Amino acid sequence: MSEPPAPPPASPGLPAAGPAGTGTPAAENAPGPGGRGQFGRAVLDAILEGNSVVVTILAIAVALVLGGLLIAFTDPAVLRAWGSFFANPGHAIALAWDAAASAYVAMFEGAIFNPHTVAGVFHQASLATALHNGYVAAVFNPISETAVNATPLIFTGLAVGLAFRAGLFNIGAAGQWIGGAIVATWLGFGVSLPPVIHVVVCLLGGFAGGAVIGWIVGELKARTGAHEVVVTIMLNYVMYYFLAYILGTSAMQQPHSTNLISPVIAVDARLWHIAGPSLRVNAGFLLALAVAAGVWWLLERSTIGFEFRTVGANPSAARTAGMSVERSWVLVMLLAGGLAGLAACTVIQGTDYQLNFQSYGTYGFDGITVALLGRARPLGIVLSALLFGALHAGGVQMQAATQIPVDIVIVIQSLIVLLVAAPPLIRAMFRLRRARAGGLSETVAKGWNA
Amino acid sequence: MKLELKGITKRYGSLVANDHIDLTVEQGQIHALLGENGAGKTTLVNVLYGLAQPDEGEILIDGQPQHLGSPSHAIKAGIGMVHQHFMLVPVFTVAENVTLGMERTRVLGLIDRRRTRRDVRELSERYGLQVNPDTLVEDLPVGVQQRVEIVKALLREANVLILDEPTSVLTPGESQELFRIMRELRSGGRSIVFISHKLKEVQEIADTITVIRRGRVVGQRPPTTSDAELASLMVGRSVQLRVTKPPASPGDVRLDVQGLTVAGEEDKSALDEVSFQVRAGEILGVAGVQGNGQTELCEALLGLVPAAAGSVRLEGQDLTHATPRQRLHSGVGYIPEDRQEDGLVAGFSVGENLILDVYNEPPYSSGIALDRGTINKTAAERVADFDIRTTSTATPVGTLSGGNQQKVILAREIGRDVRLLVASQPTRGLDVGSIEFVHRRIVEERDQGVAVLIISSELDEIYALSDRIAVMYEGKITGFRDPDVPPEELGMLMAGASDADAAAFGAAADHGQIAGGEAADETGLMEAGLYGVGLPGVAGNRREPADEGPAAGDGTHADGSDGSGSGSQSGGTQSGGSGSGPADDSGADPE
Repeated sequence: MSEPPAPPPASPGLPAAGPAGTGTPAAENAPGPGGRGQFGRAVLDAILEGNSVVVTILAIAVALVLGGLLIAFTDPAVLRAWGSFFANPGHAIALAWDAAASAYVAMFEGAIFNPHTVAGVFHQASLATALHNGYVAAVFNPISETAVNATPLIFTGLAVGLAFRAGLFNIGAAGQWIGGAIVATWLGFGVSLPPVIHVVVCLLGGFAGGAVIGWIVGELKARTGAHEVVVTIMLNYVMYYFLAYILGTSAMQQPHSTNLISPVIAVDARLWHIAGPSLRVNAGFLLALAVAAGVWWLLERSTIGFEFRTVGANPSAARTAGMSVERSWVLVMLLAGGLAGLAACTVIQGTDYQLNFQSYGTYGFDGITVALLGRARPLGIVLSALLFGALHAGGVQMQAATQIPVDIVIVIQSLIVLLVAAPPLIRAMFRLRRARAGGLSETVAKGWNA
Repeated sequence: MKLELKGITKRYGSLVANDHIDLTVEQGQIHALLGENGAGKTTLVNVLYGLAQPDEGEILIDGQPQHLGSPSHAIKAGIGMVHQHFMLVPVFTVAENVTLGMERTRVLGLIDRRRTRRDVRELSERYGLQVNPDTLVEDLPVGVQQRVEIVKALLREANVLILDEPTSVLTPGESQELFRIMRELRSGGRSIVFISHKLKEVQEIADTITVIRRGRVVGQRPPTTSDAELASLMVGRSVQLRVTKPPASPGDVRLDVQGLTVAGEEDKSALDEVSFQVRAGEILGVAGVQGNGQTELCEALLGLVPAAAGSVRLEGQDLTHATPRQRLHSGVGYIPEDRQEDGLVAGFSVGENLILDVYNEPPYSSGIALDRGTINKTAAERVADFDIRTTSTATPVGTLSGGNQQKVILAREIGRDVRLLVASQPTRGLDVGSIEFVHRRIVEERDQGVAVLIISSELDEIYALSDRIAVMYEGKITGFRDPDVPPEELGMLMAGASDADAAAFGAAADHGQIAGGEAADETGLMEAGLYGVGLPGVAGNRREPADEGPAAGDGTHADGSDGSGSGSQSGGTQSGGSGSGPADDSGADPE
C-alpha cells in the first residue's frame, strides 16, 4: 500500500473555516494584557486547580465501571441472556459480570501481571533454563509493555502540560512529533556514528525537529497574536501531509519499496533495552522519567519556570513585573515542541526503528488527555501516562483473550477525561464538598484582617 | 415595608461570620451597614437575600417571619439586591437585561419588548435614573450600569434595596449621582440597606448607621457621629484618620518627565505632552477624575506602553525607551492601580508574589535556579515587617483580604531599594486600618529620600499624602498646586478649567472668606473627596494661596521646556489648549 493517508475529515472545510477561525481568536488574543479570553482562562483554571486527587481517582473508578457495563452489554451472549431476564435473572447478571470481569482480568494480565507466566517459570527444569528460554521475561512482559506504551505519552503529555502552565493550549503535539520523527529517523539511517553518540545525536535531532515546529507557533503568537490553538491544529495537517510527501521522496523512502516508509535506523541509533533483549522496555522510559523530573525542576525551581507560570496565571501581572510575555510564549512552545519531538524519538529509536506515514498514531492527542488527567503537573502526567499505557497494553491482551475490541480502551480513556473535565459531576455523584482555594480559609483570613 | 433581623447567626465551620445580629430597617430609611472588609457585612446581606441560610435567628417583614431559601424567595418578599460586581449581560440592551429571568411575553411567547422599554423609561423618569432602555450595557459607564441593576430590582418590585459597596466602583461624581437617586428612592417610600466601609459616605447618606465588627453589631449611631468615633467602633481601636507627616525636605530632582505623550484611541493622545518633576524625599500627588490619562501615565512611566514623544529620566538616566524590567532594575517601584489584575498572581503563594519582579536577581536566584531558602526567609521577614495577615508564606495570595494583598505588593515594591515609587490608587477598596498602614509606609519611604508619585482619584488621599499636587484632565496636567489649595479649586482643574481660571476662582473664594473656614482644618479635607468634580458655586472652605503669580517659565509644564528648580513650587503656567468646559461627569449620560 503506497496510498497517502486518507484526508482527515476537517481538511475539506479548511479553506472556509480558516479565515473565520483564525480571525476572531487572533483578534482576542492580540499580545497585550489579558492575552487570553475569559473562556480560555476558565478552562485553564478548571484544569489546573479544579480537581483534587480524590476527584481524579473517583473519575477513573467511575469510568472503569461504565466501561465494564459497556463491555457487558455489547456482548451478544449477555444481551441474549438479558432478553430473557425474567426467566433467569441470576444467569443474566452472572453473564454480564463474567463478561466485564474477564475483560478486566485480561486487561490486568496484559498490563501489570499475569499469574500464568509465573506458573510457566516453575514448570522449567531450573531457573537458568527459565531465564534462558524467556519464561522469566514473560513474567515482566506486561509491565514492560505498560512502560513502553507510557513512554511517548509522558513526553507528549509534558509537551501539552508545559504549555498549559504558561497559558497556552498546545494542540500540536502531533505535528511536533512528526517534526521530531523526521529528523531523528533521518539521522538514524542517514548518518553513521559511533554507538552512544549516535543515540544522543538522534535524540538531540528529534528534540530540535519538534522544537522548530513549536517555535513557529510561539513566534506567530508572539508577533502577530495568532491563536496557538488554530496554528497548532493547522500545522498538524501540514505535518501529516509533509510526512506523507517526504516518505515518498528518495531522501526518506526505503529503497526498493513502494510503501511510504523509511529505511530501518542503524542499530547504533537504537535505545538500549534495559531489561534484556526479549522485553521491549528501553532507555526511553528512563529518559522520560528523567525529563519529567527536569520539567518539574524547570517549572518549580527555576526562574524560567517562574516566568512561565506567571505568564500562564496572569499575563498582565507578568508584564507589570517586567517579564516578557512574548518571549515566554516563544520559549515554552519551543520546549513543548522539543518534548513532543523526544516522544517521537522514543518510538522510532525505542520500538519501531522506522517511520511510516501513520507512525504518529494518536500520541499527540493522547498527550492532551494525559496532561488533562495529570493536571499539567509532571508527576501527574507521569502517573496518568502510566495509566493510559497500562490501558493500551492491557487492551491488546484483552482483545486477544476475550475478542472484545481494543477500542473499548479508548472509550474508557475518554470517559476518564470526560469525568475529570466535569468535576462537579463527580462531586455530585459522591457528595463531595467543593474544595476551593478561596473557601473557608478565605473567610478566615478576611475575618482576621485589619 | 419594615424589615427586621433578629438574632441572626451564621457560622462557617468554627468561624462565626454573624453573631446574633439584630437589625431593623424602617420604611423609607437608608440604613447603613458600616464595617471593615471581612466584618461580616456580606454574609449578613447574603442571608438577607437568601443566598445563605442563617443557623439561628429570623427575618421578619412587616412583623411576619420569612423563610428566604433562595434569592427568588427574597425577590418575592420584596428584597432587591445590587451586587458589588454587576450581574449584567454586556451584549444585551438595558431593557433585555432588566427583564432577564422575568421576560414579559405576548401571545406565542414572544417577548414584549415595547412594554419592557416603557417600564424602564417610566422607572427611569420617576427616580431620575437617566437610563435608556435601548443602549447596550457594554457601552455604558459603570455608574449607569449600576443604575440598570437598580432598575432591575425596582422592576421586580423591591421595597428593600440592598446596595453592596455600591460606591467602590464609582467616581466621586457618580457617587453623588447615586446618592441623589438613593434619596429619591427613599422619598418614594423604599428602604435601602447601604453597605460601605467609607465613613464619609455613610455620614452623608444614611439615616441610621449600624457598625459591625467581627460578625457582631457593635453599635448604632446617627449620621452626625464623628469620623473618629465611627472609625474606632469599626476597627476596635482608635485610628488615626490623618496622616501625620513631617514637612518634606526635597532633595535633587529624581524623576524628570518632559513632554511625555502616549497615543490613545482614534488619534487622540491618551497622554498629551505631560511634564513634571519629582524630587527625592517628596510626594507628588496626581489628582484627577479617573480616565483622564492617569493609567497611561503610570504605564508609560513603567514602560508598559510606548512613549510617542517626550522623555523620562530617572536620576539623569534616560529611561524613555527602556523596558519595564530595565526600569524596575533602575529603582522604580510600582504599585499598580488594579492589584488583582496587574499586581498579583492570585494562585501563587505569598512568598512567590513577594518576588514577582525580583525573582531573577540575586539573592533570590543564581543562574536560572531559584533559591528557595532565601525566598522563604525573606518572605517570612516581609510578612512580619509589613504585618501581612496570612497563615503562612505558602498561602495563595488570592485568599487574603484586599488590605493584606496590597501589603504584599507594598512589601515587594518598597522592600527592595527603590529610587522612585509610583503608586496608583494605593488604597482603593481598602478598609480604614489598611489605609492608615499603607499611607504611613509611603510617607516613611518619602522620609528616607525616595521620590514618590501618587496617582489617586480620591481627593482625601491626595491631600493626605501630597507635598505637591498636579491635576490631570484629558491627558494633560492642568495645573500644579500646593497641598493647601481649596478642594473647589482642585475640582475646577479636575473638571478641565484652565489653570488661570481655577486660580482666579480660588482667589475669589478666598476673599469671600466663608464661615466655617476654620473648622475646615479638621474635617473639610476629609469631606473633600465627596466633591469629586468640584463645581463653581460650592462654597469654599478655606484657602491659603501659595505665591500664585503667573510664574511663567517655571517649566513644569506642557510647553516642554526643561525647567529647573520648579520643585515644590506650584506651577502657574497656562496649560495650552486644555478644555475649559464644565466637568464631563462621565456617569451621567447613558448615551
